[in-house]
Order: sequence, then structure tokens, then C-alpha cells
Amino acid sequence: MCAAPSAPPARSWDADPILVVDHLSMRFGGLIAVNDVSFRAGRGDVTAVIGPNGAGKTTVFNCITGFYKPTAGRLALNHGGPATAVELDAVTAAGESWTRTGKGAVYLLERLPDHRVASWAKVARTFQNIRLFSGMTVLENLLVAQHMSLSETGLLSPAALLGLPSWQRKQKGAVDRAVYWLEKTHLIQRADDPAGDLSYGDQRRLEIARAMCTGPVLLCLDEPAAGLNPRESAALNELLLSIRAEHATSVLLIEHDMSVVMEISDHVVVLEYGGKIADGTPDEVRHDPRVIASYLGVEDEEEAVAEAAATKALSAEANP
Amino acid sequence: MASADPVDATNPDAVKRTDLAQVPPARRPARREKSVVERAVSEALASGLLTFFVLLPLVGFHATESGTGSLVLDYRFGLVAVFALMVTAGRLVLNLTVWRGDGPRRSAARVPPKSVAEAEAVASPWPRLGAVASALVKPVFFGLAIAYPLIAVTLVGGLGPSRYWIDIGIYILTYVMLGWGLNIVVGLAGLLDLGYVAFYAVGAYTFALLSTSVPINDFLAGHLGEGFWTAWSFWVCLPVSGILAAFWGVILGFPVLRLRGDYLAIVTLAFGEIIRLVLINWVSLTNGGAGIASIPAISFFGIPFSSGEGGFAHMFGLPFDSMHRMIFLYFVILGLAALTALVTVRLRKMPVGRAWEALREDEIACRSLGINTTLTKLTAFAIGAMFGGFAGAFFAVRIRFVSPESFTFMESAVILAIVVLGGMGSQMGVAAAAILLIGGMEMLRNLSFLKNEWLFGPNFDPTLYRMLIFGFAMVAVMVWRPRGLVANRMPTIFLKQRKSVSGSLVKEGHG
Repeated sequence: MCAAPSAPPARSWDADPILVVDHLSMRFGGLIAVNDVSFRAGRGDVTAVIGPNGAGKTTVFNCITGFYKPTAGRLALNHGGPATAVELDAVTAAGESWTRTGKGAVYLLERLPDHRVASWAKVARTFQNIRLFSGMTVLENLLVAQHMSLSETGLLSPAALLGLPSWQRKQKGAVDRAVYWLEKTHLIQRADDPAGDLSYGDQRRLEIARAMCTGPVLLCLDEPAAGLNPRESAALNELLLSIRAEHATSVLLIEHDMSVVMEISDHVVVLEYGGKIADGTPDEVRHDPRVIASYLGVEDEEEAVAEAAATKALSAEANP
Repeated sequence: MASADPVDATNPDAVKRTDLAQVPPARRPARREKSVVERAVSEALASGLLTFFVLLPLVGFHATESGTGSLVLDYRFGLVAVFALMVTAGRLVLNLTVWRGDGPRRSAARVPPKSVAEAEAVASPWPRLGAVASALVKPVFFGLAIAYPLIAVTLVGGLGPSRYWIDIGIYILTYVMLGWGLNIVVGLAGLLDLGYVAFYAVGAYTFALLSTSVPINDFLAGHLGEGFWTAWSFWVCLPVSGILAAFWGVILGFPVLRLRGDYLAIVTLAFGEIIRLVLINWVSLTNGGAGIASIPAISFFGIPFSSGEGGFAHMFGLPFDSMHRMIFLYFVILGLAALTALVTVRLRKMPVGRAWEALREDEIACRSLGINTTLTKLTAFAIGAMFGGFAGAFFAVRIRFVSPESFTFMESAVILAIVVLGGMGSQMGVAAAAILLIGGMEMLRNLSFLKNEWLFGPNFDPTLYRMLIFGFAMVAVMVWRPRGLVANRMPTIFLKQRKSVSGSLVKEGHG
């Protein structure tokens, strides 16, 4: 149900989606937080999910990252290339959580436990309220993120217990990767400081670095620019754009800061009251009358409309 | 920022901020530290003097009723002096530790500064001294532990009389090991376990049951010779005890995986009680409350500590002494404790150890990074329990008698107190706390000097006050050092510089 009538013929996210959300619904008792939402996120794209408070954005995120089990719907994540409809239906019917496809693999995220969503399907996320390991150093945070690759040979591998050279090499590789991301996020000077000592903006960037250290194919950012000043916000844009340009990681983000959304996203999905009201390029969405009415607002009334939407909306957003 | 600007460089703040490496700590004036000590001493003396004069009329004169009914005045100036000295010493210690600096309320000083420069600015030579001391603490501590039997024997004069001291050493080291084992579960993984004694019991009973088992003895006697099982049972059963305890750790772990915080604590507590009640009531296996006696004694790797031919003394050409066995037991528990410490140190630097600590910090973030929290928690329970099992087997071979009496909730509470008092996660802290708690409680038995004529008199029974003093000491330590004796966490890896993480940032974990 695309709102823009004159949609361009070839949309990148329809041709090669990394994530296909089909008829996703999430109910908490009698409360319908997400109601039959379908959208696609393109491979290599930055896809933004926007909407007023309580629209169900974080709920969608929690479903994608496995923290909630959706009431209904399918969340298919494609590794390598898009799975065909036949392949997708086959794996869905077979009751399996993932299968190899002609181009790679497809994971049905709603069937995977949360840690498998991260370790198998390679979906990494950040949190609206930052969740760092505050008592551990910045470097340690990034090494914990590489837990899966470091513990391939088993949690209690004798090589690691005895500190054999093979383990040392492996750990060196992990540290190198951490250093790469520390440099990328300009946190290298703070590597040995406790994460809890960093400033708010640094903590936000560290959380992104930590998520990237897991080597994700899809990075889900829950309001990464919240609480950042304009300069930090610009640095964040730069970081996200460089992730998109240099890494095979697609980005899905929830954001209220329109400067971030409009500047870096290739594709915007707008939610309201748990349903999708628009889906398209930033330009299309910006000019969509429904989006303007419900979220972006018109000139002077911008604040008032957003406020009204926020108070009306049922609070469906819950932190995991 | 124009950091190289000479104008900036004259400003100490700018130097501090911009170039830590180029500021030698020696340049900081040493006057401040000296004045701290001076003031501490003078204040301590003043408080001592004040105490003396205040207490002189209150405590110094004591009227007692004599047999004939008239009042008799006693003079207790010695007691007043003791109180005054206690106040002086207490004030001195406090001034040098908690109240160092400008005033008595200096909580800010306890929050470690964020950068090295600030640290050096706050207290000039102390961090240096601290760094040197902390580097030396572990080897010195370990060296002392190794030399302890020698010191005890030399100081007391002779093997026989040193028995009491060696016994205390073994007793303390057992708790050091238990503390280190529980530290994995509580301190690293942040899972509050009130039933740790269950694994201690599992270890002890595993060894007790296997070593006294007649079928095993007969079977092995037939294959490996008479007396084999008596001689070797401990060394064979030690790993078995550990493995079984680890198995029970997993059994406990499964049902409590979903529980957090208080609920977890209550269920683990119940688990500890269940094990104890099973031991009491499964009479056919465990002999119930009567316990299992005549457990074979420890052997020197197959050589018994007996007086006759083929015994340890005979083999090594020494005159027989029953203390040989005690000293060997001391080294066995020292070795086991060292193994626990070593393994924990290694585990902390491995993915699993980091995952434990991450779990303590934030479980949801762990899951978002792909860490299987179920498996991680179970590993923590299993490994913690394994060391508890080792310690249990050692307990059984030392006492040579096990009964459910030894595995009450009080034991769990003491072990947990050691971990909390030591500073959760810190190995040195836990060791220090075990010495303080177990050794201190033991030393409080030796307060007979308080019965001295000029102190409390012969009617005073200090042992009655043992637990009271102990409780006060615990409260005092927790008030002054709420995060335990060693509050800071040492990072497991560093890029350029190892900086300790302030305890205020480290979470306790809640499930």
C-alpha cells in the first residue's frame, strides 16, 4: 500500500531486499501495538522508520531483533541475495527457522531466539536508552561484541585457557577489529577508559561501534541521534554514511531527528498507530499529505500536531 | 586545540589535559601528602587525649559492692588507656584512609578520577606507591602463603605446637578457595547464589561415599592391589567430586535461569537446603545425621602418612610426626586455591569470562550481541560449583568425617559475606576478606587477655562477644567501603594503559 501514486518503476528495496517484513502484527493483551505492517528494507540502503511516539516503531524493532515474538507475520532476512517467493514459502511451510537459498540463506527472524538473531542471522542493534557494559572498558565492550567469533572453538576451549599462540592470534585479530572501529568512531583515545565514563555522544557512538564489531549484515539503530547536539548529529550522519559506503551492512534506523532521516536515508517508512501510512524515498514521504498531517506537521503547527499525535497515540512502545 | 601554545603550557590544567605523558609525577609538590600524615597524627593524638580525659571519671572509677554490703572503689585506668589508644589508632587509620584530605566528609576522593593526570593531581605520590604496592601484593601474598607453615613452625617452636596455626591456615585457605569459587558466580556473572554450600556438600559427600565404598575397594583391591583405594582415593575422587558438583551446578542452573535478583537468591537458598535435607533423610545412602566416618586419610600421592614401614616419614628418612600430614594438607589446599585463582584469571580473559562480566553489566545487551545467556549462566554455575566440589572433597579428607551439620546455610552466608566484603569480582579482595573474616573470627577466640585484672576483670567472657564484635566489624567495613575491600575492577585487556575501573561504575548484576 504505497502512498505515492506515481511511484518510480524500479525500487531498489523491492528488487533486492535484505529484510522483508510481511503482515507483522504484535498484540500485548488487548493492545495492538503493530497492526499488519509490511515493508522491505533494501540491501545496502539506509532505511528509516519514523512516526509519532507510540506508533510502534520500537516494537517493530524488538520483533526484528528477536526480543519480542510477533503475534503474526513473517520477518525474512536474506543473506547473499533475495530469496525467491517459492523458497520463502517452502521454509515457512516447513516450520524451519532458516534455510540455504540459491543466493545465500534466508532466516525467519520471528522463529529465532534473540541471541540467534544476532549470532546466526547477523542482525545487530543499539538501544534507545543506551545499554553499554558501563563497568567494562571501551575495548572490553568491543571484545564482548566479538564473543561469537572468539568462542567458535567452544566456550571453554583449552587453547584459550592455556593462552596458546593460536588463541593469541585470534584475540589479536579481535583487538585489531576493535581498534578499527574505535578509530572510525573517534574513540581510540578512550579505549582503556570505562564505558560508563564516556560522554553521552561518545556512548552512542560506542554502542554503534559495538554493534558493528559483531559483523552484522543488518544494523538496527533505535534513535541513534537522540540527545545529540547538532555537531554530534552531523558526525553520526557521517559515520552511518561511511558504514553504508564501506561495509556490506544495511542500516535500519528509528529516528525523530528529521535532519538525520532526510539526509542519510534512502528509504523511509512511516508508522502511525501501529499501521504503515507511507513508504518511499525521503522526498516522497516529505510531501505525502498523510505524513505531513500526522507527523511532520505544517510550518507553524508542527509542534502542536506532533504533541497531539503523541498524546493520542496509545503507548505501545516498551523497552525490552 | 592549540595545546603546544606556551601560554597554555604554563597553565597546569592545560598541560594536564593535553599531554599526560610529559608531566612527570615527581613534579607535583610532595608537601600535601606530608601535611595529610601530620594532621592525621596530631588529630589522632588529640582525640586519644580527649577520650582519656572524658573517660577518666566515667570508666576509670568503678564502684562495686563488696561482700559486706559497702561500696568499694576500683581504679581502672588501664582500661581508660586502652580505650584512648583504640580511639587514637582508629582515628589515625580513618584519617589516612577514608578521611584523607580537607575534611571528614570526602566522598569525592573515593571516586577514582577519570584520567591519570587528575589522579596525580588529587594525591601526588599515592598512586605511584599504590601501583608499586599493588604489583607486589600478589607475589608477596603468595610467597607468604607458601612460607606460612615454615614461619608457623619456627615461631611456635616445633612441629607439634604449630598444629593450631597450621590448622587455621588450612581453614582460612579452604574459605579463600570457596570464596574464589563463589566469586565466579556472584562476583563475575552477577548471579546471587545463597546455596553455594550445596556444591561443597556434594563434593564432600562424593569423596566420602566413594572412598568408603566397599565394592569399589574390593574391586580395586582385586585388580590393583590391596590398599590401593585407601591410598589413592582422594586423588581419584578429587576430579570426580568437581565434575559431580559441576553437574549439580547445571541442575540448579536450569530451573533458575529465568529468575532474577531476589527470586534467584531464594531459589538457590532453597536448593542448598534441599541438598542438606536429602543428606539427612536419605539414611540408606548417607547414613543420615550420623554422617560418614572413617574416611581414608590423605596420602602423599600413594604414600600414606603412617609411622611404620613404607610410610611418608620412613620413605623420606624423617622422624615420624603426625604434623607431616597436616602440612601436606596445607599445601594441597594451597595448590587447589591457587588453581582456582589461576583458572579464574584465565577465564576472565577468555570470551566466556568477558561474557560473564557483560552479563552482570547488562543481560539484554548481551543477548543483542549474540551471547547465549543460558549457556553462559550455566557455565558460571558449573565452574563455580566445580571449585566448591574440590573444596568439599578436601574438607572431607581433612576432617575424615562428613555430616549434614557441616553444610548449613550459615556456611553459604559466610562464603557470600567473604565475596561481598572482599569486593565482588576481586580475587585479592576475596582472599583478604577470607583472612579477615575466618582468621579474625578465630582470633577473637583468643581474647583471654581482656580478662586481665586492669581491664575487664576475670568475670568477663570475651568469647560471648565474639559474634558481636564480628558483626560490628562487618557493618563498619560495609559503611566505609560499600563496594568491598577492593572496590575497583581491573580490566581484562588494555590497549595502552591498564586503568582500574571505579567500583561505582561496575554493576552488581541482578540475576
